[in-house]
Amino acid sequence: MSPPGNQDDTGSWEIRIDKEADIVAVRQQVRELAKELRFDQFGVAALTTAASELSRNVWVHAQKGVARISMLRNGNRVGVELEFVDHGPGIADLDRALAGGYSTAKSLGLGLSGTRRLVDEFNIDSQPGRGTKVVIRKWKKEY
Amino acid sequence: MAAGQIPILRIGTTLLATIQIELHDTVVDSFQNDVLEEIEKTGAKGLIVDISALETVDSYVARMLANTAKMAKLMGTETVIVGMRPAVAATLVRMGYFMEGINTALSLEEGLQLQARQSNGTVE
Repeated sequence: MSPPGNQDDTGSWEIRIDKEADIVAVRQQVRELAKELRFDQFGVAALTTAASELSRNVWVHAQKGVARISMLRNGNRVGVELEFVDHGPGIADLDRALAGGYSTAKSLGLGLSGTRRLVDEFNIDSQPGRGTKVVIRKWKKEY
Repeated sequence: MAAGQIPILRIGTTLLATIQIELHDTVVDSFQNDVLEEIEKTGAKGLIVDISALETVDSYVARMLANTAKMAKLMGTETVIVGMRPAVAATLVRMGYFMEGINTALSLEEGLQLQARQSNGTVE
């Protein structure tokens, strides 16, 4: 399968999200990278699911945005970083969203809170009326 | 994507839906309606949804599956979700989604057995 996004010269993939099918494109690219980096099946599923939740958030709430998928190296550690940026309505009550309190027609309200539990690092910056940026990282488990 | 992308087969009084494709939201939405219409058309007593091919089940798909089972139940049809992969089960529970009240079985074979017991009235 050819990657749906283009790999840039920093080794990241950038995928524009502006239609429903882009959620699948992001998911597939993340799955491919996680498998290539030899994450175990739990790691692959966690990353792919997180990618799905966050790209759906962009599509449902902002209608467009960008996903950036990058490989991380820190000494012997290997990981994946996912960044989602949109200029949509932003989140008025971030604490409530992170607690899983928002449930909309398209989500259980578990999108952000659930995603946070699947990854090692989770950062969110949201300004009402300006947009939202979410960056997550997951490191491969070494046995 | 067009409707009807997830094949729904009839085996006796049971409907078997096997999800073999990467799920777009629109496919998910049409699948729910297709299944309910098939139940009405066939008078099926049981519904088995085989998700063994799914590597990813996010909260949207999980809720669709759970809601489909609830809707089928309202029509009088019991649903069993079969073949959930270990990583999918782990991911859903870590996210805080427990699929409460949903019948599940390890494999298609066990799902069919569970359904047979249910229609004999030996389970619930």
